[in-house]
Amino acid sequence: MIRAEWVKFRSVRGWVVAVVVAAVAIAGFGLSGGDQGTCYGNSCAQLTGPGGEAVSDSFYFVHQALTGNGSLTVRVTSLTSTVRVPHGGTRRAAVPWAKAGIILKATLTPGSAYAAIMVTGSHGVRMQDDFTGDIAGPAMPAGWLRLTRSGATVTGYASADGARWTRVGAVALPGLPAIVQGGLFTTSPQWTQTSLGVATITGSPSQSTAVFDHAALTWRGGTWTGTDVGGSSGPAAGPATGYSRAGGQFTVMGSGDIGPVTYGPSGIGTTPAQTLAGAFIALIILAVVGAMVITAEYRRGLIRVTLAACPRRGRVLAAKAAVTGLVAFAAALAGTAVAVPAGQRVLRSHGVYLPPMTAVTELRMIVGTAAALAVCAVLAVAIGTIARRGAAAVAAVIALIAAPYVLTVSIPVLPLGAADWLMRVTPAAAFAVEQTVVQYPQVDDVYAPAYGYFPLPAWAGFAVLCAWTAVFLALAALALNRRDA
Amino acid sequence: MRRAIRAEWAKACSDPAVPWLLAALVVLSVAVSGVTVAAARCPAAACGQDPARISLAGVYLGQAVAALAGVLALGGEYSTGMIRVTLTAIPRRRRLLAAKALVLGGPVLLASALALGAATLAGVIVLPGHGFTAGHGFDLASWATARAWCCATAYLTLVALLGLGVTAIVRDSAASTGVVLGLLYLFPIAALAVGDQAVKRRLEQIGPMSAGLDSQATIDLHGLPLAPWAGLGVVALWAAGALALGGALLRLRDA
Repeated sequence: MIRAEWVKFRSVRGWVVAVVVAAVAIAGFGLSGGDQGTCYGNSCAQLTGPGGEAVSDSFYFVHQALTGNGSLTVRVTSLTSTVRVPHGGTRRAAVPWAKAGIILKATLTPGSAYAAIMVTGSHGVRMQDDFTGDIAGPAMPAGWLRLTRSGATVTGYASADGARWTRVGAVALPGLPAIVQGGLFTTSPQWTQTSLGVATITGSPSQSTAVFDHAALTWRGGTWTGTDVGGSSGPAAGPATGYSRAGGQFTVMGSGDIGPVTYGPSGIGTTPAQTLAGAFIALIILAVVGAMVITAEYRRGLIRVTLAACPRRGRVLAAKAAVTGLVAFAAALAGTAVAVPAGQRVLRSHGVYLPPMTAVTELRMIVGTAAALAVCAVLAVAIGTIARRGAAAVAAVIALIAAPYVLTVSIPVLPLGAADWLMRVTPAAAFAVEQTVVQYPQVDDVYAPAYGYFPLPAWAGFAVLCAWTAVFLALAALALNRRDA
Repeated sequence: MRRAIRAEWAKACSDPAVPWLLAALVVLSVAVSGVTVAAARCPAAACGQDPARISLAGVYLGQAVAALAGVLALGGEYSTGMIRVTLTAIPRRRRLLAAKALVLGGPVLLASALALGAATLAGVIVLPGHGFTAGHGFDLASWATARAWCCATAYLTLVALLGLGVTAIVRDSAASTGVVLGLLYLFPIAALAVGDQAVKRRLEQIGPMSAGLDSQATIDLHGLPLAPWAGLGVVALWAAGALALGGALLRLRDA
């Protein structure tokens, strides 16, 4: 049965050529390299935080050395941000994760342990520690903040009026040295604006200015020093940073971020999913071939011969699905096995930073994408069996499988909400197998499927496609059994 | 010629796929446009967003349906063998192709005009409430918007004709669908994938989709790879080239 179907598939020259083209397209796009970056050699070697993850750590710090236990209180009266406009100059803008507040940091070296309480551009008061910890406090844009150290525990408080205090959270920082650097900080991350879905990206570094007053320490007071932590190391001159003091009022200007690194328009480099840009061509081709495998038989009347030769109709469908799926899988695997490893090499050789990836994740990307394409082809067979007419089947397959993928990943014109929704419910959800990076809600970036951030975990997305395929295969088997050929 | 058109018209009217395709063209275009219009925000002046492109985003999906309509107008005949009957009735091959182009182009033009008109109207009504105001430098009810609508409508029609031309060359529905969709989506994605700016710009100038969609732009016209009408001209050249080659091959080959 399988052999008969394989012979039929093999003997149609157009299908064989199409499948080969699909494999070549995946590999070709993977090797074409894409963007130019500026990371050659170790120039973009990432800082790592206490937890071992890649982090950014740059901010303006007005600090003094603080020994032992104590507490620091300050009022943030305002936090404003500016971004660059395309033709020079700057303008005020809302930067949701601009941060200003109090930080206690093990050393001035970027990447060292810290705990901080801050007001943010539009996420209220937050307490953050060691780059990935994030606790939400009261939703106020400015106000009183306090950070208290007791041994290895740092506790954050916030208050609207300086009298009634709310405890935001306490974090343990084991190994915090007896003498730490503590004080006021301001930082302001890369600002990005998307238009036409996420197809057009514009952005610039942002700069934030915070005004502090009523700074009070229970430690023995020293002198305040300003340091641009992690700053001025980048190749391009960033926005101005610094601080000024007038009586009890500090004005601190900063740019950068304290948090985990993300990959994409607002972060650095790109995600390895970029190496699979050619998958869209393979998807269109394999879906159309999958639909034709059965509709061509109806068109030519061959289906009557097939069903006469094998009256068990369910088996006919199973054999067709198996042959199409296996052929698609083999072709796609040949493409992805070249595109993912070699594509990453090409990107790195062009100076594009890619996050490190474990061998298991890489294997999941290679095999998973091939499997997703193969199951899409099987789904197309099922749809073709139900529709019987080539035109209707091809239209349904394009609308259901190819269009959601192309419009959210390849040419991402759909807005983020719609793109995420499509990537949860349509068969294209399976391409979540290309997911290799983590989204951090406390870092602003364009977390879109087009940049390798999928709303579902890899296997959940794949399960969505399998569910679609199972349902349509069952319907197809039912239709094939019930109807005359 | 009139007889040829009438014959093609009768065939198109009796094909059950035609109303579905036209309905899909309208519904899918309006749906995608509606979603992008609803999500668009322009928080400040010089926000760099083109309201016409946002309103007309449905073209990105609508073109797939238009291409499919073009492919099926001829591809269906090849798969059923109907083409032999057709050519017996109308032996002048290029006349047949011209008749098909007219019978295909008319309804697609009307459906596109309707769908994109609705999308443009939705943009003109909704977008000012999302920050696309005169204060931010936008004038939505303008000639530029009308031009974008006309260009997008013409673009969808030309894509359908491109589909017809490619099918006359390839002679198989499935393969033609693959070729046309590949041709449309390949250039913009390839342009994203190359690093060299000059090559990227050239790819955007010659690709039917990127050139054709430039014709919808209403802001930053100087920064475009091609002027709006020139962009539409590129698509017209693609369609005319495919039809001419298809017509020549139709004459030279047996059906």
